[in-house]
Amino acid sequence: MAEHSLILIIVIPLMASCFNILLGLFRRGFCYPLVIATLSLCVILSIFIMDGVINNGVIHYRLGGWAPPWGIEYVVDHLNAFVMTIISFISLFVAVYSKRSVEAELPGRTVYFYTVFLLLVTGLLGITVTGDVFNLYVFLEITSLAGYALIAIGRDKALLASFNYLIMGTIGACFYLLGVGYLYIATGSLNMADLGRLLPDLYHSKVVLVAFAFFAVGVAIKMALFPLHVWLPDAYTYAPSTVSALAASTMTKVGVYVMIRIMFTVFKPNFSAEMLPVTEILGWVASGAMIFGCILAIAQTDVKRMLSYILIAEVGYIVIGVSVTNRMGFTGALLHILFDAFMMACLFMVAGVVMHKTGKTSIHGFRQLHRRMPITMAAFTIAALSVIGVPPTAGFFSKWYLVLGAIYARKWIFAGMLLLSSLLAVVAFFRVIENIYFAPSCHAHDRVGQEGIVRDEAPLSMLVPLLTMAAGILILGFFSGKIVSAVIQFTVPEGF
Amino acid sequence: MDFIISKFNYWIYIVLMMIGFYAMISKSNLVKKLVGMNIFQTAIILFFISIGSKKGATIPIIQDSHVDAVNSALYMNPLPHVLMLTAIVVMVSTFGVAVALLIMIYRKYKTLEEDEILQILRNEKWPNTH
Repeated sequence: MAEHSLILIIVIPLMASCFNILLGLFRRGFCYPLVIATLSLCVILSIFIMDGVINNGVIHYRLGGWAPPWGIEYVVDHLNAFVMTIISFISLFVAVYSKRSVEAELPGRTVYFYTVFLLLVTGLLGITVTGDVFNLYVFLEITSLAGYALIAIGRDKALLASFNYLIMGTIGACFYLLGVGYLYIATGSLNMADLGRLLPDLYHSKVVLVAFAFFAVGVAIKMALFPLHVWLPDAYTYAPSTVSALAASTMTKVGVYVMIRIMFTVFKPNFSAEMLPVTEILGWVASGAMIFGCILAIAQTDVKRMLSYILIAEVGYIVIGVSVTNRMGFTGALLHILFDAFMMACLFMVAGVVMHKTGKTSIHGFRQLHRRMPITMAAFTIAALSVIGVPPTAGFFSKWYLVLGAIYARKWIFAGMLLLSSLLAVVAFFRVIENIYFAPSCHAHDRVGQEGIVRDEAPLSMLVPLLTMAAGILILGFFSGKIVSAVIQFTVPEGF
Repeated sequence: MDFIISKFNYWIYIVLMMIGFYAMISKSNLVKKLVGMNIFQTAIILFFISIGSKKGATIPIIQDSHVDAVNSALYMNPLPHVLMLTAIVVMVSTFGVAVALLIMIYRKYKTLEEDEILQILRNEKWPNTH
């Protein structure tokens, strides 16, 4: 069991997804418990793997018993285990949350929804487990295909948004595949660790440079880095609220994980930082993402759309932490991956609750909602303060590391951009918070019957995951020192 | 000139890829975009097949199984071909999802021209402007 845990974490959700559709033929009601059971198993496995990595170091698993450079190898070190644990936790909570929202938004299609949902989780977990660049491509496409299908079943423009995402995502994946091809020409290997050993002698080869360029652009499309983000706002705005919550909190983070793997495991930090001005360019692109993401967020009238633009800015934060190439910045980036997953899940869950209760997500629809749903709105405020970076919340701690990283690297402009973008986020979020707490009700007859506004809180299955996320945001920040010393300090690449 | 002719398969791959890329970016008909995507992916298959081939080499089936040392120059590299089998599966499923999306789009809007769909959506949003 122990040595097979790496493959089990993929096989279990994959088999459950197949089993789910068969089960759905007989009893539709069993699908939801099956999904919860499967994802709980994934959480247990990921904690088990995390524990193994912390105590015994890197875990290797050879598929079919073939030795690494020829066979596919699954490798989990601290970085993989960290991202894997985040994904399995968030997907479990989003699955718990999904029950009522899916029943309301997609009546009669719950069976297929959960089938594809499990496929999406399979793909995400697969990306974090594998140590083979081509295998990673396959999992990237499993994730994306499940993502296209899930986004397409949303409301309004979802179909068109999903199709545009499909076209963009396929370009990204194909660029990644071309990168794999060029690396194969140069080295004859597909194993990440093996590539890391073979490549340093070939850094001056043009083939390797082209491969890196293809990787960088392909992965940047997948994780919606600023100039290549155009597919994201439409896709996440019109997707069903459960899908937005899962995709926003995990898919972009996994993209960042792939970028870190390519830049610092397949290629070495001295290539990414010195041979080409990659980190310099990434830093500028990320600052663009932070500023434009927040400015465009201010311009939106729909809360889900605003959150999508905030997400683009958040990707910018994480990338800027990676791009300054020092210990502080990298630590901040990884902490931000964790905290941002919680914040985005919480914010999109609240948007989903409001959608569920009022049927719309425009900013004006949030007016006076603190009377109807005080707990939900409190959770929204906590997550919003965390995105801004107000001290007791988690977002403050990761931003602290990010700003310190930028200062240690003597990139004063990036530090300034980080702070400026936080200020812009204040404007974006306080437009919503003002509506929730302070704005007078929009209809005159509402004001007359203000006593009559009844508390209409979200159902318990939505409230529990929502509050878990909010509690996580409040508590995790205080444990950031512990997280850094237990896990993150081992993920920092050599030479930082 | 020799540079082009001696590596013509790579040039074809680049040309095909650019045709596909152009179609994906500039065409407003969604089916044409999809066709462009397919051309783009096919170009990548051609690229991978090209990197596996060698001049004067044959298919990688070793007949004398008791021979330990194999002269690799006599056989093509099978690995890129195997990778492409997997990639073709991925591409077919992408195509399947895309076609399913197009069917749903056509059922909903009765057209596959992107600008017409956007026009319909705009009219839905502000019905009084037209």
